[in-house]
Amino acid sequence: MPELKAAPAVALRAAGSDPTFDVRDLNVWFGANHVLRGVSLKIPPKAVTAIIGPSGCGKSTFLRALNRMHDLVPGARVEGRITLFGEDLYARGVDATLVRRRVGMVFQKSNPFPTMTVAENVTVGLRLNGVRQKSAIQERMEQALRMAALWDEVKDRLNANALSLSGGQQQRLCIARALAIEPEVLLMDEPASALDPLATAKIEELILQLKQDYTIIIVTHNMQQAARISMHTAFFYLGELIEYDQTNRIFTHPKQKQTEDYVTGRFG
Amino acid sequence: MCAGVVIAPLALVLFYLIKAGASSLDPHFFTQLPKPVGEAGGGMANAVVGSLTLLGLGGLVGIPIGVLGGVYLSEFGTRRMKWAVRFAADILSGTPSIVWGIVVYALVVLPMAGYSAYAGGLALGFMMIPIIIRTTEEMLALVPNSYREAAFALGIPHWRIVLNITLKMAGRGVITGILLAAARVAGETAPLLFTAFGNSFWCRRLSEPIAALPLQIYVYAISPYDDWHRQAWAGALVLIMFALALNIGVRVMTRGNAPRLAR
Repeated sequence: MPELKAAPAVALRAAGSDPTFDVRDLNVWFGANHVLRGVSLKIPPKAVTAIIGPSGCGKSTFLRALNRMHDLVPGARVEGRITLFGEDLYARGVDATLVRRRVGMVFQKSNPFPTMTVAENVTVGLRLNGVRQKSAIQERMEQALRMAALWDEVKDRLNANALSLSGGQQQRLCIARALAIEPEVLLMDEPASALDPLATAKIEELILQLKQDYTIIIVTHNMQQAARISMHTAFFYLGELIEYDQTNRIFTHPKQKQTEDYVTGRFG
Repeated sequence: MCAGVVIAPLALVLFYLIKAGASSLDPHFFTQLPKPVGEAGGGMANAVVGSLTLLGLGGLVGIPIGVLGGVYLSEFGTRRMKWAVRFAADILSGTPSIVWGIVVYALVVLPMAGYSAYAGGLALGFMMIPIIIRTTEEMLALVPNSYREAAFALGIPHWRIVLNITLKMAGRGVITGILLAAARVAGETAPLLFTAFGNSFWCRRLSEPIAALPLQIYVYAISPYDDWHRQAWAGALVLIMFALALNIGVRVMTRGNAPRLAR
C-alpha cells in the first residue's frame, strides 16, 4: 500500500463559468469512522465529471453528500460547505427534500418501483410532489422518456409493469424517473456497472446527450468509461481527494504517484 | 416422527370436531336463533354475526393503531422510542387475555353501566394491536432500502414515501398480519366474558350485550342438555374452520407475495 501524505486537494479552476457545485473542506463521518477527509473541489456546469478510485475510497459517500442522502443515515455526520449555484445546501433552514428535488440521483442497481407501471414510475416524483394537472404529467412523462432514450422502446407498453423491462431499460427508466422532476444536476452512482456492454454503451451515449442540459457527476469503477465520457476526473483514495484535473491529464500525465498507480492498474 | 407429533393434535382435533359437530351443522345453524331449552333445533346465527361484528369493531381499534405502530417502528422513530414501543408490544402480546377483559371492564363497562358490543370489540382490538404492530414492522423491513433511497432521491416527502411506496409494497404482508391477528382473537372467550357478555337474541344496538361464538360454545358446553352440547360442537367446528380458512388464505397470499419482495 503506497504511503499516504495528506495530499492537498487540488481545486480546479472552473472552466470560464461559475461552478455548479463548490465543495469546501467536506468531511463525513459514519459514527467514529472518518470516511471523507477534507475534500474541496468545484464541479463545472453542463459537463460530465467522473469520480474514480478503489472500493471504499469514499466516492459514493462524496456523491451522496451532494444531495444530502446522508441525512437519512443514523450516525452520519457531514461537515464543510457545499454550495449549489452559490446556495449553501447544508445551511440552517434548508429543506433536504427540496435539495433532492434539485439534485437527481441514479443508483448502481436499477430500482424501478415494482408495484408501478412504466408510466407510473416516471411520473411518481411529480405525483407525490403534488403535481395534479394530468396533461402536464403526461407531457413531462413523454419528455423524460425521450430524454432517457427509452420512449420508442416503451411507448406501447407504458402500462406494463416496470419489471417487465430489460435490465438496461430499467436503468434508463430510473434515469427518466430522475429527469421527470427536472433536476438541475444528475448524480450517477456506477449506473452501468450491473449492465452488459451493449446496455452500457446506451447509457454512455445517453450521458453524452444529457450533458448538454445537465451537470452530471458519475462515480465509476470503469476507467475506460471515465475516459470516454467525462471532461474532468477526480481520483479519491482512502477518503481523500488525491487529484482532480481534466480527464485526459489524469489518464496521461497524472501529477500524483498514487493516481498514476491506479489508472495504470498497479493497484486498486 | 416430530412432524407426526406436531400434526397429530391438529388431526385429532379436526377429526373429533367433525365427528361430533358435523351432524348438527346444518343451514339452520347459520340462520336461526337459539331455541329455548327443550325445543329441538335452532342455531347460532346471532353468535356468528356477533363474532363477526366484534371482529369488525376490534379491527377498527387494532388495525389503525397496529399499522401506525408498525410504521413508526420501521420507518420513523428514534432508537430509544423504538425500544420502548417494541418492549411494550412484546409485553402486551404476552398479557393474558382475561386481563384485557378486566381492563376493558374497568375502562368501558363500568362507566357505561352495561356490557356492550363496544366493550367486547375494544377488548379484541387491544389484543390485535401487538400482533399487527410486529407483523407490520417485519413486513416493512422486508422492503429493500434501495426503494426508499430512490424515493428520497426524488425529493418526495417522507410520509408520502411511507404511504404510497413502502406500505404499498408491503401491503399484502400487512394484510396478512391483520388476518392472522383476526384469526388469533376470533376464538378468544376470556376477554369477552365480562365485556360483550353474550346474548341469546339479536343485538339491536352496539351498546347492548352481543353474542359471540366462543361465549355461546362456553355456555352451551357447560349446560346439562345434550342438544346444546351438540350445538356447542358445531360451533367449535365453525370456529376452527374460520381460523383454518384465514390461515390458508394467508398462506395463499404470502406465496404470491414472495417473488415480489425478493427482488
